[in-house]
Amino acid sequence: MAGGAATGGSAASDTYNQARNWLLMPSWLVLGFFVFTPVCVMVIYSFLTKEFRGGVIWEPTLAAYDQFFFDRGLFGDSDPTLQWTYIEIFWRSIWQAGLATILSLLIGFPTAYYIATRPAKTRAIWVFLITIPYWVNLLIRTVSMKFLLRDEGPMNDFLINVGILSEPLQIVNTNIAVQLGLFYSYLPFMVLPIYAAVERYNFTMSEAAADLYATKWTTLRRIVLPAVKPGVIAGCILVFVPSLGAFLAPDLLGGAKNFMIGSLIEEQFKGNAGNWPFGAAASMILLSMVLVLLIIFASQQRRAGATT
Amino acid sequence: MSANTDVKTYAGFRSITLLCLVILYAPLIVVTVYSFNASESITAWGGWSLRWYADVFIGPESAKFQQAAINSFSMATIAATAATAIATAAATAIVRGGKYRLRTPSLGLITLPIMVPEIVLAVATLIFFNAIGFTRGYMTILVAHIAFCIPFAYLPIQARMQGIEDTFEHAAMDLYATKAQAFKRILLPLMMPGIISGFLLAFIVSLDDFIITNFVKGAGIETLPTAIFGSVKQGLKPNIMAISTMLLSLSIVMVTISYFVSKFDNTK
Repeated sequence: MAGGAATGGSAASDTYNQARNWLLMPSWLVLGFFVFTPVCVMVIYSFLTKEFRGGVIWEPTLAAYDQFFFDRGLFGDSDPTLQWTYIEIFWRSIWQAGLATILSLLIGFPTAYYIATRPAKTRAIWVFLITIPYWVNLLIRTVSMKFLLRDEGPMNDFLINVGILSEPLQIVNTNIAVQLGLFYSYLPFMVLPIYAAVERYNFTMSEAAADLYATKWTTLRRIVLPAVKPGVIAGCILVFVPSLGAFLAPDLLGGAKNFMIGSLIEEQFKGNAGNWPFGAAASMILLSMVLVLLIIFASQQRRAGATT
Repeated sequence: MSANTDVKTYAGFRSITLLCLVILYAPLIVVTVYSFNASESITAWGGWSLRWYADVFIGPESAKFQQAAINSFSMATIAATAATAIATAAATAIVRGGKYRLRTPSLGLITLPIMVPEIVLAVATLIFFNAIGFTRGYMTILVAHIAFCIPFAYLPIQARMQGIEDTFEHAAMDLYATKAQAFKRILLPLMMPGIISGFLLAFIVSLDDFIITNFVKGAGIETLPTAIFGSVKQGLKPNIMAISTMLLSLSIVMVTISYFVSKFDNTK
């Protein structure tokens, strides 16, 4: 969704060019004041000193970033050593989001390909079926996933009754549950851009490959995949980015041991025990990672657009 | 023809597609079925019953859920209306305003809420409200919702407007309609499907939001998602499944309406 957003009108006209500043004013005011400014204020807060009851003291410091990367001992006077706790949480989040992305790609690519090769009339219905779950409340979907995966939940019941398992699989509160939850949360984001790319793919290229004695899997790997690569990359970004900062799946499905960035940030703002500058700094680091990804993605898309 | 489809099809892709649909829908179907469970326990099946729906409306927690529902629905209505109005104006300026320097930054600003990770937006909003001394409560949630709903309302409206040729408005203006009249009598009615679908999507996004609401709500006020989250933290209960089923049905109905409305072609 975020990927295709930056394209303006192609059928643009200038009928309302005199009124355009007035028409844009409300969105500039609301988004400027309540989205853009807050992000800037957050940057400032990440360089302030923490106040013990939550909140900040207006004294500039690098303490929040220092705390993120370095350990200076209990009293802050030891020599700084690299602090692994938070780096590990970030690393785990990248790892979890990465695995969820791979899983989504493995299921999402064949699905998108299959849908795109259906007759034009039924395609819209398939796409609609894939889209619906995205619009169902993420919290409800995550709770549903937990209900399904529970030790004594319907999935284990089913697998035991059919005789595949003799004991329930303990999935909830493991890394696997978090990966499944993330995968389930963002799977439609993988399918839709790949579908859009495959739909535009010219299948005469596959026929040409077949005529030249390429096997079907060779054709898929060497002809189809390179042609639809921008869609695949878009899908991966759209799954990876929200997974990285996810809060609900790790919180509800992962339990305390499977802490991710989202939970780390949330904890800094809960009650009086939090550390606002540190939370702001962690958010900044997350935001920077996402921006780098989006910039790489945008330049990739531009290059893909230039070659076709 | 058969050779053509042969080149296209891959063994197993159909099964994976069906698996994909099963994965997407199984949790929702299971929760829906268990919301009609007569049993006290969430594990054992005790036959069909509506008792947990009754529990939501007249049970011990009904007052809490009722207040949360009132908050959620009133906020979603106001936020979606405001976001749709703002987005319609912005889309007109961007699609029908010619080429100008502010165009690309404006688009960037409008799509900013969906580029920034939700948790980061939540942190930023909380910090900002705190910095300007805006006491957390109903108004802080509402303002945050209006802001992040704008891109969701904007995208279908922009898509719709791009599909409408400006010949209709030019024809009206050739017949001495003013620009305001051409907008109101020609462009706006043609855009209506996009506006309705933008409104419905913004409404759902507001109704469903948990993370940002949870950060900016302050103590003592709940929306449906935060009330559900609070309840789930205490353990899964059947009445939560009944509420969830009602909410998910509502989302599905609204998305379905939005889908068919946006397909509706009134330019012919």
